[in-house]
Amino acid sequence: MRNRRLLPYWLLLPAGIWLVLFFLIPFLSLVATSLYDPNGSVLTGYHVTWHVQNFGHVITTYGAHLWRSFWWALIATVLCLVLGYALAYTIAFKTGRWKNIVLVMVIAPFFTSFLIRTDAWKLILADRGWVVQALQHLHLIAGDGRVLATPVAAIAGLTYNYLPFAILPLYTSIEKVDLRLIEAAGDLYASPLRAFTRVTLPLTMPGVVSATLLTFIPAMGDYINAQLLGSTNDRVIGSDIQSLFTTTQDYASAGALSVILLALILVMTLYYVRRSGTEELL
Amino acid sequence: MSQASEPSQVRRDLRLTEVEKTYANGFTAVHPLDLVVPRGSFFALLGPSGCGKTTTLRMIAGLDMPTAGRIEIGDADITYEKPYRRPVNTVFQNYALFPHLSIAENVAFGLRRRGVKDPAKQVADMLDLVELGSQRDKRPAQLSGGQQQRVALARALINQPEVLLLDEPLGALDLKLRRSMQLELKGIQTEVGLTFVHVTHDQEEAMTMADTIAVMNAGRVEQMGSPAELYDNPKTTFVANFLGQSNLIEGTVVGKDTLAGKPVVKVDMQGTVVSIPEDRAHVSSGAGWVGIRPEKVLVAPAGEQIDAPGNHFTGGIVVDASFIGVSTQYVIETAWGQTISAFEQNTGIRGVMPPGTRVDFSWRPEFAFLLDASQDVTAGTVAPEEE
Repeated sequence: MRNRRLLPYWLLLPAGIWLVLFFLIPFLSLVATSLYDPNGSVLTGYHVTWHVQNFGHVITTYGAHLWRSFWWALIATVLCLVLGYALAYTIAFKTGRWKNIVLVMVIAPFFTSFLIRTDAWKLILADRGWVVQALQHLHLIAGDGRVLATPVAAIAGLTYNYLPFAILPLYTSIEKVDLRLIEAAGDLYASPLRAFTRVTLPLTMPGVVSATLLTFIPAMGDYINAQLLGSTNDRVIGSDIQSLFTTTQDYASAGALSVILLALILVMTLYYVRRSGTEELL
Repeated sequence: MSQASEPSQVRRDLRLTEVEKTYANGFTAVHPLDLVVPRGSFFALLGPSGCGKTTTLRMIAGLDMPTAGRIEIGDADITYEKPYRRPVNTVFQNYALFPHLSIAENVAFGLRRRGVKDPAKQVADMLDLVELGSQRDKRPAQLSGGQQQRVALARALINQPEVLLLDEPLGALDLKLRRSMQLELKGIQTEVGLTFVHVTHDQEEAMTMADTIAVMNAGRVEQMGSPAELYDNPKTTFVANFLGQSNLIEGTVVGKDTLAGKPVVKVDMQGTVVSIPEDRAHVSSGAGWVGIRPEKVLVAPAGEQIDAPGNHFTGGIVVDASFIGVSTQYVIETAWGQTISAFEQNTGIRGVMPPGTRVDFSWRPEFAFLLDASQDVTAGTVAPEEE
């Protein structure tokens, strides 16, 4: 009988071990790394010297990149929310018996690797590609203008890659909306736009918040889109961390930058969830 | 929107002219329908599920568009008006309260959409009317079914619509609560004086509350009138069976006569000629169903005098007697082999006659009615249980 009572804890154990091994320990090790003596090297070894100046140093050096990452992620998230909401709404209410097929189409890109899909955008946005030529023809960009290697391409890539992560939670919460409530709003003098802002949108806020988190958090740390589609001059924070760790082997700076990114995302997430009144998600 | 905000003095009749609804799959939910609902009246659309009553209501609300016909309030044609521009509000079957808003904000919803800046006073008054003043800050999910129902009513009433639509508003409540809400609703309607159009499948509910009932069946209005008119003088077998119970006995019209100065139709009913007042006879020749309500059938042990001259039958046998307190319900097998029911008030004059008792029975001619023999004798008898 005593075993019965302990059963839930036994069931939690694998996940607990997993979290300790692959989250808690690496996290503490990352924090330790951020406090390394910056003069350490592979030859001399690395030592935790509580060198908090690492943080000040990386903020001065990479602040602009952090800022760029934030803006790109924000724009991509907003685009994902707008596109994703429209699409999820259509899937939930307008596709009828095609619903499942359309949902499969949303997930279908996952059958191909993230890298290959992003690389494919290079072809689509190539200087002699039809997209660029069409835009040139319409005088939306200059005759010698390009799309590839611009922030536009990088943000488009982010939007494209994270769109399914926005659509799925949005769909789940939009689908649950009782259409009779929208009818009731119309009956109570709400125009379709009003019914949307006063009834549908508030009722789907949990989906909007999940979609935001699932898009913004990975987009903020993403560097594949910036590297493959953006310009080499527009570095993002993910690229910095990656090259500091693997190329420069400046572990102290890489660690400090990672911790800053993590803390920033955590603070923004908490603030956002509070503001949107969906604490029950946490 | 302008119509809705006009003062109450200009409320007008609701008029449906040849309104029809056919769906894309060819199913006709409502056949051309004419209705006039006088302003300030309590009007009930009564019928079994699928009879078109809810579709009719939704067309008045603007939630469904009629295929043909006209819907007007006074001289304003609202047939194709957007729902949010109609001076009409609905109390939905499942209440459709906004789960993310407080009770007060649910009630204030319509006023806010119409630009009322500070509806607090009106909301407080309305919540007092439905006795929910103390619940104003709760969410709908925290209230009981009866309370939610009252919130739905308050949310619609506060807008002072020209027509208030009620779609089975009491359907989700238990029987006892439903009975008390019926009286409450009727009281509120009398108090506010608005036009109520009430959809229900519960004939008792319709009779308790409505001034006028339209009985609907298969997309058509079978009969329209006051509860007493419909009950006393049904025009079709459906109405006779759906509204209360009726004994329907086969007969043939044999001629006309005058009884006590009034024209009557003579009907040969299983060998006995009975008289039916002409205004209650809905067939003038050939075969017909003679109808009589069970409580109008008087029963007495064989040979005993019954105070009901005119239509007298002998040779009945009690096959079942259910004592239910105020009355006893008898099932009697007639001499011609049909079973009919008779309800007798338990006045205490006589005890319950046990099954097997030989009885005579009788009714006053002015209570009988005569219906078209081509109609289905069982129409409307199936208990319309929807929940």
